[in-house]
Amino acid sequence: MIELEGLTKRYGDKVAVDNLTFSVGPGLVTGFLGPNGAGKSTTMRMILGLDHPTAGDVRIDGRHYDRLKDPLTCIGALLDAKGVHGGRSAYNHLLCLAQSNGIPRSRVAQVLETVGLTAVARKKAKGFSLGMGQRLGIAGALLGDPRILMFDEPVNGLDPEGIHWIRTLMKSLAAQGRTVFVSSHLMSEMALTADHLVVIGQGRLLADTSMADFIQANSRSYVRIRCPQRERLLDVLHQAGITVVEAGGEALEVAGGKAEQIGELAARYGLVLHELSPRQASLEEAFMQLTAEAVEYHAQPGPGPGPQDWGAGWKGA
Amino acid sequence: MSTHQPPMPQAPAAAPHWQAAPGGPYPGYTSPIPIVRTHLGHALASEWTKIKSVRSTMWTLGVFTVLVVGIGLMAGALVESHSDSESLSGENPLSFGFFGLLLGSICIITLGVLTTASEYGTGMIRTTMTACPSRARVLAAKSIVFFTVAFVVTLLTSGFVAMVQVSMLENTGARTPSGSDWFKATVGISLYIALLGLLSLLIGSVIRHSAGAITIMIGVLLAPLVLALFMATESLSNVRDWLFEYSIPNQLSVFYANSLSESGPSGWDPLWIILGLTAAVYAGAYALLHSRDV
Repeated sequence: MIELEGLTKRYGDKVAVDNLTFSVGPGLVTGFLGPNGAGKSTTMRMILGLDHPTAGDVRIDGRHYDRLKDPLTCIGALLDAKGVHGGRSAYNHLLCLAQSNGIPRSRVAQVLETVGLTAVARKKAKGFSLGMGQRLGIAGALLGDPRILMFDEPVNGLDPEGIHWIRTLMKSLAAQGRTVFVSSHLMSEMALTADHLVVIGQGRLLADTSMADFIQANSRSYVRIRCPQRERLLDVLHQAGITVVEAGGEALEVAGGKAEQIGELAARYGLVLHELSPRQASLEEAFMQLTAEAVEYHAQPGPGPGPQDWGAGWKGA
Repeated sequence: MSTHQPPMPQAPAAAPHWQAAPGGPYPGYTSPIPIVRTHLGHALASEWTKIKSVRSTMWTLGVFTVLVVGIGLMAGALVESHSDSESLSGENPLSFGFFGLLLGSICIITLGVLTTASEYGTGMIRTTMTACPSRARVLAAKSIVFFTVAFVVTLLTSGFVAMVQVSMLENTGARTPSGSDWFKATVGISLYIALLGLLSLLIGSVIRHSAGAITIMIGVLLAPLVLALFMATESLSNVRDWLFEYSIPNQLSVFYANSLSESGPSGWDPLWIILGLTAAVYAGAYALLHSRDV
């Protein structure tokens, strides 16, 4: 369980993380979503006690990170693939981590096996590809077999096989009752992995909801129709009380999942349909809409010039 | 928390597995790995693995050994070949170890800086601080491990050179060194060099940049002496003498009782000076480490 309470981080007059309050519970994969520069990594660094919050508080199972007596068996984190000294072998990197927390040496070989780096265990980390570095970071996170796992952009640099592997890994870790907190700027990635969703934009909390609720609320489904007897179809649909929107070209769109009903109506009136396809607006669009709203909110006239300028700049970027 | 409804069908199925585990107020996964309360010993073991598992340690200490032993033996041989039985009458034969150690100290400075600053360059420091959230413990463990390594290596090499030189120069009229001479030229000088390295380690932690910190430390090592060399004017003589006397090379030579001047530090003074300086910088480095973001 990770609990954030009013967590805030300012650099000068720039607010990186703005009054975040949410908690991350066990047994679920919680996605931490936001555009680049939204404050995800800063938040994660504050959770780990690396950065000091300007205000607010964050606790791991009720304790501050620097009060943990067994940090690696409590929480394992993949921050970025670069958290490794390139001149050290993968084995020695993990060994010094294990020793610092009194974790048995045998765990090193186990986690190397888990992430598939056994063959290169004695090779220097600077020769590793981005994906291998990511796997080494994940091995470090798993080393203490912790109750809580935190991954910052874990799929970066992984090949499709690696991405599939990390998805499966995160789900199985959560299924064992662990808390899994994973950041991403890709909604599509989160939709496949996360059970719960925390969305931030410009350091502010935008959404804290279950994935199912988010999909239901944000993914607009509609039916796309093309029909040579266009006017006749419009009449039929109008009589049935179905609202039709003109889409580009000769296509029509009907909100909701009414494909069966429309098909039956067309058959009953002997209408030819060239296309009748149920569609869904992508979650990516929903996500962009959500974060764009935050930008608009910031760009409204306010008392301070700082956030205004920032919001405008962000929108332009 | 009320919003945390498991939407996935497999989550409730897995629930009994972890709800059965004793988790106190924070339920969840319980690892079979025994929980260990970490202490300084763990951090020391970790830092020992770190320092011996990078090639830069082997390189700097290897070059250090070559410089100290090589230059020490060459100096001894050179002096011996140009001396008759009276040349060094009454002189301390241990003093010819100075040259190798002066150059070798640059290697110790480099290793000291790299011990801390390289972690910032590679991002390893975040991993280190995540594994050991007590920053005081991290700094202490790094300092103890590095100081011990630097002291032992310097003691072995300077002790070896001293023994060889004394036997080489037996027939040049040099006096037989006393126990105190021996102690200062081996243990004393090794403590001084190791503290100089520790000072570099702390500067590396403050500056967080290897090249910058090494440059600063080499400046500290050589600049006062070089500046003093060019202060010919009489009106600067006080400054010049002070720079000479308290320059690190001159303080090193005090351990062999062949200082550049009669005044200035003598006996064990250099050790107390660098001990005080290192303690002050240690306090500053810790304060910065504690307050800054990693």
